[in-house]
Amino acid sequence: MPNLEHPAYPAADLLHLESLVPCRESQVSMLLSIFGERQQFSLPSIFIYGHTSSGKTYVMQTLLTTLQLPHVFVNCVEYFTSRLLLEEILTQLQSSSSGTEQTCPVHCDTLNDFVRLFKQAVASRELQDQTLYIVLDRAEQLREMEANILPAFLRLQELTDRNVTVVLLSEIVWELFRPNVGCFEPFTMYFPDYSIGHLQKILSQNHPPEYSADFYSAYINILLGVFYMVCRDLKELQHLAALNFAKYCEPVVRGEANERDTRKLWKNIEPHLKKAMQTVYLREISSSQWERLQHDGGEPGQLKGLSAHTHVELPYYSKFLLIAAYLASYNPVRTDKRFFLKHHGKIRKTNFMKKHEKTSNHLLGPKPFPLDRLLAILYSIVDNRVAPTANIFSQITSLVTLQLLSMVGQNDQLDGPRYKCTVSLDFIRAIAR
Amino acid sequence: QHRHLLELLRRTTVHGESNSALIIGPRGSGKTTLLNHVLKDLREMKQVTENLLEFFMKNPFLSGLLQTNDKVALKEITRQLQLENVVGDKVFGSFAENLAFLLEALRRGNRTSSCPILFVLDEFDLFVHHKNQTLLYNLFDISQSAQTPVTVIGLTCRQDILELLEKRVKSRFSHRQIYLMNSFDFKEYIKIFKKQLSLPAEFPDESFAQKWNNNVQHLSEDKTVQDVLQNLFHHTKDLRSLHLLLMLALSAVTVHHPLLTAADLQEASRQHRTDSKANIVHGLSVLEICLIIAMKHLNDVYDGEPFNFQMVYNEFQKFIQRKAHSMYNFEKPVVMKAFEHLLQLELVKPLERPSARAQREYLLMKLLLDSSQIMDALQVYPNCPTDVKQWAASSLSWL
Repeated sequence: MPNLEHPAYPAADLLHLESLVPCRESQVSMLLSIFGERQQFSLPSIFIYGHTSSGKTYVMQTLLTTLQLPHVFVNCVEYFTSRLLLEEILTQLQSSSSGTEQTCPVHCDTLNDFVRLFKQAVASRELQDQTLYIVLDRAEQLREMEANILPAFLRLQELTDRNVTVVLLSEIVWELFRPNVGCFEPFTMYFPDYSIGHLQKILSQNHPPEYSADFYSAYINILLGVFYMVCRDLKELQHLAALNFAKYCEPVVRGEANERDTRKLWKNIEPHLKKAMQTVYLREISSSQWERLQHDGGEPGQLKGLSAHTHVELPYYSKFLLIAAYLASYNPVRTDKRFFLKHHGKIRKTNFMKKHEKTSNHLLGPKPFPLDRLLAILYSIVDNRVAPTANIFSQITSLVTLQLLSMVGQNDQLDGPRYKCTVSLDFIRAIAR
Repeated sequence: QHRHLLELLRRTTVHGESNSALIIGPRGSGKTTLLNHVLKDLREMKQVTENLLEFFMKNPFLSGLLQTNDKVALKEITRQLQLENVVGDKVFGSFAENLAFLLEALRRGNRTSSCPILFVLDEFDLFVHHKNQTLLYNLFDISQSAQTPVTVIGLTCRQDILELLEKRVKSRFSHRQIYLMNSFDFKEYIKIFKKQLSLPAEFPDESFAQKWNNNVQHLSEDKTVQDVLQNLFHHTKDLRSLHLLLMLALSAVTVHHPLLTAADLQEASRQHRTDSKANIVHGLSVLEICLIIAMKHLNDVYDGEPFNFQMVYNEFQKFIQRKAHSMYNFEKPVVMKAFEHLLQLELVKPLERPSARAQREYLLMKLLLDSSQIMDALQVYPNCPTDVKQWAASSLSWL
């Protein structure tokens, strides 16, 4: 990787910058050559896109603060309407120029006012013609705002006649941004994703001081081996690495193995990581719960995730109602007679489950059914006689409130209410036990 | 066209004629540049400077992007004419009265004859979408009536702009249109390329400028460079994209590498033309790639009809059970998380907004990638397991 050099910036700054942004040297050198010297006009707009956590925001921020270029950094998710966005930009401009003085609140409704106030603010900042960078993070939100915001920002240099460059950062490609009538095309730049070697290098930088770097690298290797197929997100991997390291070190701490005993460490950590994939990765349980679990050394089977099916306790008839609803949703009407009228003695529920796999109705989702059909199926699957009391009907309505069933159509249909079952097969299986 | 416009403006300012014109041309064909040029020439002509209104010193044009509303436009006009103190607290019944008042005020301020005013409206097509098109109506109205010499020039990139104007506005417009098309051929394109890259004569370091210009001459005769330019020329004749390409190439010039080479231009061209979606696909994890391949197969089988997550998961299961040796059978929620990541990257788009009633797994979606894009991306995908690649290639042997 070439060293960063640029005649306009002092070499010490550049060296420091290089140490802060590993594996991104070529992108930074491209950016530096585009920025040029401080006074030079740069491109009016730059569009940077790349995967989640490929370092776009981080590199941009470090670059601008290390080299101390005048900039304004705004996240478009935080300031989601045009008014909030424009006011924030102007406030940041004001606050960086006046230092510790009180900043008076700025009112800016339209882009017209923004351009006027922007010219004033830039003049008052004594920039001496240095390029001002406006960085808009998560720029895909700009598409949701008013239609003239995005084209106006792309042309801001032309509209305000000042030395300003707008940088847009996003995950989504430029083709999906372009407005219908066309606009001023920005300079697009791609931040490539990290390869597995890069990920290893970056993650190994965070090793805690008690253990050697090799030990930590071996741990990262194992972690990447399990998780690399599923996710390449740097932030998630860092989170997982931090959480599971204590468990990995346990054998060493307990004295059972030393640092080089890779097989033992692997046997210890492997089921743990697999469990982590199902729970912490999916955010089913929080990281503090996970750490507590590690300390107690409890059975992994006791984990109660967010979507665990054992949370819901239903009364006796409600369970039957739900199962009947599931059957009604996924079976076509003509098979009802075959399934429910012939009496094979004890009708077990597992028979019904197997037959469902074959229908392609599974793939398309649940179908709505009328109330009468639900009751008919209910009578046939419950062994003893069920009277159509208000109890049963109220249980149906409570299932609707729990969003396990949903009502289809308006309230005042002539044929009676129609419902749809909104739970999956696994849920039904869990209830049927 | 330059002469035409210059003549038009000169007539307004010198002879006091009112006029209106539209400059139409695709993006990047130089409309604004043309106008600025003409204005500069105008200011240099002696007889004009005495008549023209003083506020031309700055950059006074009304842009469709900024003035989204007629009221805003009017305030902007007031401000640029520096008549705020005159307008003050007056309340106007209608837009036309307001505008007439402004022009009256101007007239009184100067000599007996009124000053010619030039209104430049950029992004003209956006003004057309205002309510009732009042601003346009009034401006054109004034340009037709004989009191103040006013010229209205609109810049737009839509060819059908005349159809968008209302009837009463269209009748007041003089239907003068100036078309700007990039109608140069490839030889002229190369000449433009040379001219852009050459350093001007005033460059301080004489010998370097000489070397640089020689290099540029050499480059423009090089075959590979001509190929690169030909590619770009076939794609778009726009000068702005040429600029971008040259910027990319020039950014490789450093102190150690002072002269531009053909390799630089080729590298720049390659970067310029990369398929951005292929770049994104390059960064996906293996599980997500499998999901995309499953969706591609579904598209092939069902001929492009929308699918939902459950179908994709089924296909994936079929692959795992029958052929996969390197893929571990992931649980359904993990696959769901990968699928949602694809949604976030907008490679898959739902057909309708997700509502609270329908379950997320059954929402219908469509894939925004082409199958040839997917196959190309797979070729360059690093460390792709071979059975995944083979699954992608074989399409119908699965059912």
